[in-house]
Amino acid sequence: MLNRRDILKSIGLTAAACSVPGFAFADTDKRFVLVILRGAVDGLALAAPYGDGNYNRVRGELAIPDPGQSDGLLKLDGLFGLHPSLGAIHESFRQDQALVIHALASPYRERSHFDGQDVLENGASNVGALRDGWLNRALTDDSLAIALAQNTPLVLRGDASVTSWAPSRLPDADDGTLRRLQRLYANDEFFSTRLEQALKSQSIASGAADMDDAGPRGNEARQFAELMSAAARFLTAPGGPSIAVVEFGGWDTHANQGASTGALANRFQALDDGIGELRLGLGDAWDRTAIAIVTEFGRTVYVNGTRGTDHGTATAAVLVGGAIKGGKVIADWPGLADRNLYAGRDLKPTTDIRSMFKGLLEEHLEVPRSTIEQRVFPDSESATPLRNLVSV
Amino acid sequence: MNKAVIAANRFGLGARPGELQRIARNPASWLTDQLGGPSRLPAEIRALPDSASVFGEVQDVRRSQRATKRDEPADDIVEKYGRVVRRHYLEQTAARYRTAARTDTPFHERLVHFWSNHFAVSADKQPLPAIAGLFENEAIRPNVVGKFVDLLRASEQHPAMIVYLDNQRSIGPDSTLGKRANRRRSEQQFGLNENLAREILELHTLGVDGGYTQQDVTSFAKVLTGWSIGGTNDKGRFADGEPGKFEFREIIHEPGSQYVLGRKYSGRGIDQGEAVLQDLASHPSTARFLATKLARHFVADEPPGELVDRLASVYLESGGELSSVYEALIGATEPWLDAYAKYKTPHDFVISTLRAFDHVPDNPRFIVGALDLMGQTPFRPGSPEGWPDTAVQWGGADALYKRIEWSNTVARVVGSRVNPVELGDAVLGSAFNPETRKAVSRAESLAQGITLFLASPDFQRR
Repeated sequence: MLNRRDILKSIGLTAAACSVPGFAFADTDKRFVLVILRGAVDGLALAAPYGDGNYNRVRGELAIPDPGQSDGLLKLDGLFGLHPSLGAIHESFRQDQALVIHALASPYRERSHFDGQDVLENGASNVGALRDGWLNRALTDDSLAIALAQNTPLVLRGDASVTSWAPSRLPDADDGTLRRLQRLYANDEFFSTRLEQALKSQSIASGAADMDDAGPRGNEARQFAELMSAAARFLTAPGGPSIAVVEFGGWDTHANQGASTGALANRFQALDDGIGELRLGLGDAWDRTAIAIVTEFGRTVYVNGTRGTDHGTATAAVLVGGAIKGGKVIADWPGLADRNLYAGRDLKPTTDIRSMFKGLLEEHLEVPRSTIEQRVFPDSESATPLRNLVSV
Repeated sequence: MNKAVIAANRFGLGARPGELQRIARNPASWLTDQLGGPSRLPAEIRALPDSASVFGEVQDVRRSQRATKRDEPADDIVEKYGRVVRRHYLEQTAARYRTAARTDTPFHERLVHFWSNHFAVSADKQPLPAIAGLFENEAIRPNVVGKFVDLLRASEQHPAMIVYLDNQRSIGPDSTLGKRANRRRSEQQFGLNENLAREILELHTLGVDGGYTQQDVTSFAKVLTGWSIGGTNDKGRFADGEPGKFEFREIIHEPGSQYVLGRKYSGRGIDQGEAVLQDLASHPSTARFLATKLARHFVADEPPGELVDRLASVYLESGGELSSVYEALIGATEPWLDAYAKYKTPHDFVISTLRAFDHVPDNPRFIVGALDLMGQTPFRPGSPEGWPDTAVQWGGADALYKRIEWSNTVARVVGSRVNPVELGDAVLGSAFNPETRKAVSRAESLAQGITLFLASPDFQRR
């Protein structure tokens, strides 16, 4: 009877497997982490345009004080400041390892979360136009990707094999049972491919076992930090994945979103803590890592009747990591004057989010331009890749 | 696969031992006979309090919080609040899953769960964990057979939905209160909240491509101002109305006519909103949207277009009579074909497991914990869209591993008491693949056989 080690060997995850093509691993490998913030993040709170003469007027009680004032923004440049809860990201910014891209949006122009996320992740111009995810289409034979989630998000779904992992609190099924299940599933592709992927992930994650013993799950913020910490373990495991996708929800701030403090500020704090965990866990690999923090769309410029904001259009994204050529804000700023708003209510999009993704894929992950244009983001000629996002 | 197996698994909630034999006589009429629902509401559900009293209880705890007169609520109050909410949540969850595990009308019960998910109120916003299960019993359960508009009205007017989608906070700018407040220029602005209006159009009736505009959302939000709940809110305002029940508040209702989908609504008060709901319910986009979701749920992730067309036209011809749509579904060819199969959701998997063993664990945490781990925490889909209904969204590698782990845990619990081969014959009948049967029969222990059976593709699909 085979033991667990034999199973792992048979699926290529012991030390010997490092020589197997497809698992080739050199520690010069670049890492990429995509953090999807589900629920539409208010870009005007993430990176507030305090230098825009209309900012305080349109934001009213949601306006955050200027840099230097108590509870004030963290200065990025003369126009923008980062939310005060994003201290770790700001520290990276000061080290030229983080940048903000503002007034960007996917091609989606309606206001449904589910459709907006569909377009963000499928990489097409329309809802449902592609059934797989752009990051999956960007994978090569030797780039391994993992979703830190119970179920693989659309951006990673597709023909290329990917895996997923989330913390477990149940005892493992024993190896004998797993072997039998492998045989039972042999004639059913849906089940067999998933079990193989799950077994690979389980072995890598076993380094994270102590985290499972923490008892009942605490708040989601702690869970996000734990996920990021697990992501770091996967990204530094020999033969492990070099690309990870992490999701973090709860950004749909229709009511009482707060300003320097409050509900949204707490979310930002959790996000910032998670980035800190990831940096800590990556160690030296941080230098070769790019993290993209994105959301499906932005929120209304004006505050609604319940001290929140409703679904909007353009928002901001953050790139952070040792590989990022940071210390700058990239924005063709449309302005907050009423005449400049999209549909009279939203921040006007001036940058296609695919421009950012295309620049990252080409410069950081070295995906050939032809692959990007034809396969990863077809129908995106108008989205010129952004340059100089990473320090090559 | 014979029709009894399909009736029990695809339409029902999974067979209990002995059920396949009972169904075999006439599977179609076994289904249609259930449309009246159970002759008597299950005892567990009858024993639950009503949502108004739970609202009141939760509000009392909150009031005691204000009495501490500090910015931060006192720790013991937060703890007490959590305890109260958790108790209600577990009671309601236990009632739901016990009922599902034992019911003799599992097709009817599946419809209750289907519509409860269609009109999802997710228990991740207070005080929804304490009332989401009551919403299912009060707004959904009595209305799953009948006209869709009645189900729609009951759902949108239930306090759980009002609070979940913020409508009690939505104030007409030209309403009596809105004008008064905005004249005073109080630092807090009063205004519309579009949440309920948008989700009714996008998720409950027309569907996202159903042909409405942002202007329709805004106008409809104005129509719905005033749809609120009775009793004091957390700011101490609004003392009128029966606490915890639906209450129409004229004082915040936007006066005047509104145009929604090109139609003028000049009715006053609550009638205006009900007239819009009536028209939404009879809209062809709604017919198509509901037909698609039903066909997806009962037949295949990619529902056959012809079936969707047929269900949509039955819906329109019958004036939105749901039982006519269900009868058309039962009478159709597609649901009875072997070629189609649905990958069970964790919810389906857990319920069908309980039914197979004819056993309900005493501690509801066993069920909540299992569903939480497999990614489908009861009453908590996380968004008004509800849980997804396609394999691609439940088919993660890790998600399958969690099912295997839970199968293993169940097997450890019931292990030596059940023979998995007999179990498979009893609940899967002809859907028990000979290869699976062989593998199960060759397991090294009964417990291992149960794990293999529960985790088998045969049992994981319906």
